[in-house]
Amino acid sequence: MQKESAIREPLILGHKTYKDITDDVVGPIVGPASLGWKILITISSIIAIYGIGSILYLISTGIGVWGLNKTVGWAWDITNFVWWVGIGHAGTLISAVLLLFRQKWRMAINRSAEAMTIFAVIMAAVFPGIHMGRIWLAYYVFPLPNQFGSLWVNFNSPLLWDVFAISTYFSVSLVFWYVGLIPDFATIRDRVTKPFAKKMYGIMSFGWSGRAKHWNRFEELSLVLAGIATPLVFSVHSIVSMDFATSVIPGWHTTIFPPYFVSGAVFSGFAMVQTLLLVMRKAYKLEDYIHVKHVEYMNIVIIVTGSIVGVAYLTELFISWYSGVEYESYAFINRFSGPYKAAYWTMMTCNVISPQLFWFKKIRRSLVATFILSIVVNIGMWFERYVIIVTSLHRDYLPSSWGEFIPTATDVGIFIGTLGIFLTLFLAFTRFFPVLALNELKTILKSSGESYKNEQVK
Amino acid sequence: MKKVFHVMYDDDEKLLVAARELVSKGIHVNEVYSPFPIHGIDPVIGIKRTRLAITSFMYAMSGLSLAVFFMWYTMISDWPMNIGGKPSFSLLENLPAFIPVSFEFSVFCAAHGMVITYLLRNGTLPGMPATNPDPRTTDDKFVMEITTDTNSMNAQDLESEIKKTDVFELSIKDVKES
Repeated sequence: MQKESAIREPLILGHKTYKDITDDVVGPIVGPASLGWKILITISSIIAIYGIGSILYLISTGIGVWGLNKTVGWAWDITNFVWWVGIGHAGTLISAVLLLFRQKWRMAINRSAEAMTIFAVIMAAVFPGIHMGRIWLAYYVFPLPNQFGSLWVNFNSPLLWDVFAISTYFSVSLVFWYVGLIPDFATIRDRVTKPFAKKMYGIMSFGWSGRAKHWNRFEELSLVLAGIATPLVFSVHSIVSMDFATSVIPGWHTTIFPPYFVSGAVFSGFAMVQTLLLVMRKAYKLEDYIHVKHVEYMNIVIIVTGSIVGVAYLTELFISWYSGVEYESYAFINRFSGPYKAAYWTMMTCNVISPQLFWFKKIRRSLVATFILSIVVNIGMWFERYVIIVTSLHRDYLPSSWGEFIPTATDVGIFIGTLGIFLTLFLAFTRFFPVLALNELKTILKSSGESYKNEQVK
Repeated sequence: MKKVFHVMYDDDEKLLVAARELVSKGIHVNEVYSPFPIHGIDPVIGIKRTRLAITSFMYAMSGLSLAVFFMWYTMISDWPMNIGGKPSFSLLENLPAFIPVSFEFSVFCAAHGMVITYLLRNGTLPGMPATNPDPRTTDDKFVMEITTDTNSMNAQDLESEIKKTDVFELSIKDVKES
């Protein structure tokens, strides 16, 4: 058994037994749905339906119903895409990178963070899909044989790399998540009494019985999947950034983009995890498992990645001046003093200044402050993508084609709609799925549980 | 007729200690059912390290070669194109642009191949029936399965040896040998 320093804060508070962990996690699934859950899912489904309606309107009418024009050909659509992909980075980072670094605190948050990842990536995939205009021809992005057209796809293009990166990331995250869920579904299967639920969890648990050999394989599988998912996490947002960086648009053509985008993604992903988990832990009474120490650890990740993002912003500004390229320097001067300066300064405040507040231990360990700041960070990260995309496009080399982007109701409706779909999926997940990796948590009970720790001190 | 002993413990460490004791007396433990992996049980009951990681490497290599071959075929052999002044003449010249897709596809094959192998080898597939002897083994109990047919000891001796360990519950069943 692994030992942990006795003075380190326990990861599982309260004097829990193995059975308590099962009861705390499975209890809400077996019991009836709470009123709050019903209200929330009704609201989010209404928003989701509005979003789906907006998407259908867009598809049936054409992307002219967005505010896009000849100059600004990418705006909210790609902003939302990059924003959602970024949010989708925390889950696999938590379960893969933190597994490799043997960070035990990940076990309380990895399950729901991964669920969030999967739903966020689904939302992200919506945007390039509908941005194609004719979504029924979406299969053209895959390398299909020539009967479908005269040409193969272009493997030199970052847009195609993105197709591979996003689909690999989505499917690998999904199986990684599901493999971890199988033993927990088995726990639920053996505890529910309603025949229909028992049947459903029986199917979903794949007949898992917890044999020693199966656990042996399970642990090897988790480790190897974590090993290959780690570079995957970093590659996905690097490739997303190359959509911009390999172009010749001033403001996009920047070699700093891959690391800058990856840290921005982790930054926004952790912020979204905080927003969701701070509510979830209260609603499902999981305060003993996801407590202040977990929140503090995540805030430390936020401050590190937020500072990297801040340094990247300043580096960009410096290099645009230092390069001596007038178009490049104009792009950045225009960013902070042009028509979109409000967006730029919102981004700067939310992403560079506000996370620095976490240097104060009081703020870092305050749940209310964390909740507010996590939303501020998410707003800031949305504006970051908006600033990068729109300010770089709206000033062309030819002043005659200078333009501006004004979002339409459809732009707004689809964005809000994806938030609704995302929340609906996440709420459904919290109702029917084990929100904590309960069987994994049992393995750290004896090294990091409160009652066992007190014994060590004696 | 064989007798099947399902020996239940209420703690993972108790089971580990008991398993060590019984194995040292020459008793063969067929199977252990637990709600989470018990570290250190594998060598005691004679489970070898899995070779899953090797299969994952093989899947990754197949994915890599497949991706590189496919990109060479489409971009260089079948239909070479000059895109934005970046012509496709040879694999070596184009290789830097092929790195992202090669990497992604290797990961794709490694992860999915390994998971499919894992599920097939375990026999855990959608709709399979659960085989754990007691529903509590997915909660907080730990069960060791010992049978008379894999042990030279007779049933009475086995039972008395098992009872010497810190048992929580013991169930003995007669099963027809197939």
